[in-house]
Amino acid sequence: MKIMVPVKRVVDYNVKVRVKSDNTGVELANVKMSMNPFDEIAIEEAIRLKEAGTASEIIVVSIGPKAAQETIRTGLAMGADRGILVEHDADAEPLAIAKVLKAIVAEETPDIVLLGKQAIDGDNNQTGQMLAQILGWPQGTFASEVVVADGSVNVTREIDGGLETVKLNLPAVITTDLRLNEPRYASLPNIMKAKRKPIDMKTPGDYGVDMANRLTVLSVEEPSGREAGIIVESVEDLVSKLKEKGVI
Amino acid sequence: MTALVFVEHDNTEVKDATLAAVTAAGAFGDIHLLVAGSDCGAAAEAAAKIAGVSKVLVADDAAYAHPLAEELAAITLSVADSYDAVIAPATTTGKNFMPRVAAALDVAQISDITEVVSTDTFKRPIYAGNAIATVQSSDAKKVITVRSTGFDKAASEGGSATVEAIGAAAQVGVSSYVGAELSKSDRPELTSAKIIISGGRGMGSGENFAIIEKVADKLGAAVGASRAAVDAGFVPNDYQVGQTGKIVAPELYIAVGISGAIQHLAGMKDSKVIVAINKDEDAPIFQVADYGLVADLFDAVPALEAAL
Repeated sequence: MKIMVPVKRVVDYNVKVRVKSDNTGVELANVKMSMNPFDEIAIEEAIRLKEAGTASEIIVVSIGPKAAQETIRTGLAMGADRGILVEHDADAEPLAIAKVLKAIVAEETPDIVLLGKQAIDGDNNQTGQMLAQILGWPQGTFASEVVVADGSVNVTREIDGGLETVKLNLPAVITTDLRLNEPRYASLPNIMKAKRKPIDMKTPGDYGVDMANRLTVLSVEEPSGREAGIIVESVEDLVSKLKEKGVI
Repeated sequence: MTALVFVEHDNTEVKDATLAAVTAAGAFGDIHLLVAGSDCGAAAEAAAKIAGVSKVLVADDAAYAHPLAEELAAITLSVADSYDAVIAPATTTGKNFMPRVAAALDVAQISDITEVVSTDTFKRPIYAGNAIATVQSSDAKKVITVRSTGFDKAASEGGSATVEAIGAAAQVGVSSYVGAELSKSDRPELTSAKIIISGGRGMGSGENFAIIEKVADKLGAAVGASRAAVDAGFVPNDYQVGQTGKIVAPELYIAVGISGAIQHLAGMKDSKVIVAINKDEDAPIFQVADYGLVADLFDAVPALEAAL
C-alpha cells in the first residue's frame, strides 16, 4: 500500500505573528518556519503504518517555494521514502492545491492520502475534503484513530460531541487531528540518510493546473486587542468584582 | 439574492450554531434552509420558525441518519444551483462537508467568517486569530462557513417559512457510519454556554476536574479544557477550547491552571469577561484576563465554590 502525505511549510507554531504595517499581510521576514504540526502527525501515522507492514511506500508532497524542500526533508528524515516539490512562490488556495494533488494522485496511485486537517497559517481546513470530492473518494477528517483493513479503513473522528467512527472504502483521504499520535523526532543518522533520498522538482504547469486565486486579500489587520485587567487579592474580592459586573 | 443555509440539528432540535449562520446569511436577502436528516420532521418544523427564513427544504431519508460528508455534500449540491450563496455553521459537521460542496462547484470556500462586509467581501481570522483578513471573492457562487461567535443568533421563534420536501440525492455509498462515543453531560454545551470554566495542565489529573465541575454546577456553566489537559487524557477531546478546537465567546470565561498558549487564547479571547486563576504570576493568560488571581488553584477553586 502506498501512502501520499501532502505537507505545508508554515510559520512555526511558537511564533506570535505580527501584522505588517501596510496591512497587506503578516510579517514573514526572518520568522522561523516549520512543517505544519498537523502534517507532522500525518507523516508519523504513515510511518507507523509502514512499520506495521501495512504501507510499503510513503511519498511526501509539498506545493510551495523552493525552501519547502527543507519541509519535505524533515518528512524524509522522519522516515518517508521520497518527495515531490511542486514549486509555487505565491500563496495558493486550497482548491488549487487540491487540483495539483489530484494530478499527482493520478500519477502515483496511492491508496491513502493522509494530511493535516488544517494549516495553522490560513486556518482554512479545506484541502483534504476538496481533494476527496474531486477524486470521488470518501474522507475521514479530524482523525484520532486509523485502522486499515482489507479494502477499507475505519477512521475515528474528533467531532463537537465526542468521537465518531466511519468506515471508508479505499482509496480514501484522511485528515489528522491532534490526538492521532505524537510525532517522533528524526535521529541524526536518519537526517543524514534523508539527504540522499530523492525529491522530484515539478511546477503547477507540469500538471496543467491554474493556480490563480479566487479570493483577493483586501487587507490584514490586528485583531481588536484585549488589555490586561487587574490582579485581585482574594477569592472574595474576585466574586464581588464578578457580581458588580453582573456576570454571576 | 438568495442564500441556502445548512441546518445543523439532531433530527429534533436545531443547534444554536445554525442561528448565527442565519444572521450571517441575512446580507444576501432571501434565506432558505436545508434540513437533511432521518425522521427529521420536528427539526424541520423548528427550522421553519426561525425568524427571517422564507423556505425550508427537507430531505428526510435514511441516507442522512448520520452526517456523512459524502452524502451531505451530495444533497446540498442537488439544490445548490438555485442559490447565490451556500452557508453552513463552522461546526465539525460544516467543516467536514462544505469544502466538498465548494470543490464540486469549482469555487473557493470562505472559512470561519466573523463578519459580512458585503455579499462578496468577508472578514475571517487567520494565524490563530492573530490577524483578521478581509477577503473578496471573485466566484459567482459563495460557499461560506460561519464562526458562530462572530454573529448574534437569529430568533428561533417568530418565523413562518414554507416547508418543502425534496428527494434524496443519489447515494454516494463510499462511506458508512460505524458508531459514536458522545460525551454525556447535563451541563450546557460549550459553544452556547453563558459561563465556561476551563482547566489546564495545572489540574494535574482528570479526577481533579471534579473541583471545577462543582463550580460549574453552581454557576450553570460548561466545562472546557486546554489542549494540554486533553492531550494528558484528563478530559475528552470535545472539551478542547482553542484554535483547532472549539471557539467560544461566553459572558464569563474562567481559566484555571491554564498558562495561555496562543492557540488556547485563539479560542476564548472574545469572551466578555475573562478570569484567570494560576499560581504563576508570569503566565500569559494574565495578559488577556480582566481579573487575575495569583493562587494555588487547589485552594482557590474550592474557595470560589464556597463563596458562590
